[in-house]
Amino acid sequence: MPASPTGDWAVEAHGLVKVFGDNRAVDGVDLSVRTGTVYGVLGPNGAGKTTTIRMLATLLKPDGGEATVFGHDVRREAQIVRQLIGVTGQYASVDETLSATENLVLFSRLNGLGRAESRRKSAELLEEFGLSEAAKRPLKNFSGGMRRRLDLAASLISQPPLIFLDEPTTGLDPRTRSQMWDTIRRLVATGSTVLLTTQYLDEADQLADRIAVIDRGIVVAEGTSDELKHSVGSASLLLRLTDAASLERARHAIQDVLGVESVLSPEAGRITAPMSDPDSITDLLIRLRADGIQVAELAVQQPTLDEVFLALTGHTASDEETAGDGTTTGAASGADNGLAHEPELETAK
Amino acid sequence: MTQLTIAPGVSRTLKNHVSLSQTVQNSFSMAWRGLLEIRRTPEQLIDVTLQPIIFTLMFSYIFGGAIAGSVQDYLPLLIPGILVQTVITTSVVTGIQLREDMDKGVFDRFKSLPIARIAPLAGALLADTARYAIATTITFVVGFLMGYHPAGGFGAVVLAALLVIACSWAISWIFAFFGVIARSASSVQGISFLVLFPLTFLSNAFVQPDTMPTWLQAFVNVNPVSHLVTAVRDLANNGVFGADAWLALLGAAVIVAIFAPLTVRAYMKKA
Repeated sequence: MPASPTGDWAVEAHGLVKVFGDNRAVDGVDLSVRTGTVYGVLGPNGAGKTTTIRMLATLLKPDGGEATVFGHDVRREAQIVRQLIGVTGQYASVDETLSATENLVLFSRLNGLGRAESRRKSAELLEEFGLSEAAKRPLKNFSGGMRRRLDLAASLISQPPLIFLDEPTTGLDPRTRSQMWDTIRRLVATGSTVLLTTQYLDEADQLADRIAVIDRGIVVAEGTSDELKHSVGSASLLLRLTDAASLERARHAIQDVLGVESVLSPEAGRITAPMSDPDSITDLLIRLRADGIQVAELAVQQPTLDEVFLALTGHTASDEETAGDGTTTGAASGADNGLAHEPELETAK
Repeated sequence: MTQLTIAPGVSRTLKNHVSLSQTVQNSFSMAWRGLLEIRRTPEQLIDVTLQPIIFTLMFSYIFGGAIAGSVQDYLPLLIPGILVQTVITTSVVTGIQLREDMDKGVFDRFKSLPIARIAPLAGALLADTARYAIATTITFVVGFLMGYHPAGGFGAVVLAALLVIACSWAISWIFAFFGVIARSASSVQGISFLVLFPLTFLSNAFVQPDTMPTWLQAFVNVNPVSHLVTAVRDLANNGVFGADAWLALLGAAVIVAIFAPLTVRAYMKKA
């Protein structure tokens, strides 16, 4: 039911389909995004994330299904939808030959702002996104992070109530990534609804209220990040010892304290084990000390995207294509602060 | 972020169509972008600056004596012809550049903005009239330096220049169409020159058609390029805005009426 009068739903899509040749890039996607929330679409390369967003943003015509933005049909009322959205693409959709100011003035003018107002608005946005110093420089000399920020700034000129962010942090270094996250959070605080796609579970976890996991053109799971993680077990333990001789004793200790069977990793001397309660790590550490087992490295990490995928689809994300430069730096929870982080994937299971 | 809270979607006034005045305004904004790009990449202007010089010199010294007895006598016939030929050739580049431009990420943003769909195309074509103006000016200047004195006077020459620029803008819609439907910029060039060469050479641009076989004369006399060349000659040499000028304008209007909607439709389909 379209809920246009109340505006409860920013996006409602039912059975969206897009076919390229004989490739069903999007094969019946359903999405419902509540107004004022951040919605994450999570999936590997080629899963259909970008195609879905492009259809919702009126850049592609769906081959099947229905989609509305604030109750307005993306096909029949495309021009209205365009007045309600801002789109930041995977590849910066700004003009390379123009300067940052010229870009923003152009988009302001196209959004119907007057000459003077366009200048004022551009200066304001450049200030806000920390680009004032680079305002006059041609974009060719911009870093990836600056380009993304300019791109996002350009999407905000008309203060759209719905913003599409297609992989906003792919290819950014960790520091720039967390800056981008802060920007997105501030955006939501002003009342925007955000629909973002990402390859990183961590990113969806940090930002999104709800997440849809998409694979091969269909939504394979939907829910809050906690719900998704519980479907895979909440964390996994990684343990490396100084002395390989005590491996068996350590596995015994894990069995006793955590009550789970641990696995010896291919790399010698490393143990992994699923964990339901990260807090029980303290008990394990006390036990290891009592047994005189020396720990070289210990980490509690979130399930990785690969693990989520494995659990949800029965194949790993990297089966299709490598999931980008990929691993999420696993800041799992407050419980493991100060402990070593191991960002590597452990696909072998 | 100092921003105010964002107006919710339901409380905004929205229209599902674009008014004519907004279309014009959007197109001019896009033309402004085109002009900025020309200013940033002046190397794009090599063709419109060098081609008129080289072609005018080459044609007048090679064919002048043979066709009109002397270079001096050939100039009143040649300059309007070479002007039309050069400027129309320049309009091919419009299609090629549009193709390259459309592959850039920024076109995604244009498509997602609530602007007239025709604006990115019309704006690019409008900005290119600056290129035609440069080519026109240089051709006339080279002509003057070689001793061409248009009898129609300065005003008539300016009017002739405007006529050529307007018609070339119309013709550039044809190449814009190829630009939108083609897969790559180089294929646009291929198709365009295939259309262009017969159109400009099978005309009265370089010789009077009465020396041609009658079947060819038949084509040359209906070729819109011939009418444009004749119109420019009438204006520059006699100061007369005659029937050919009106025919050229009519032809230009017909081309725009056919190719502008075709181009926009193809552009939307690609979206």
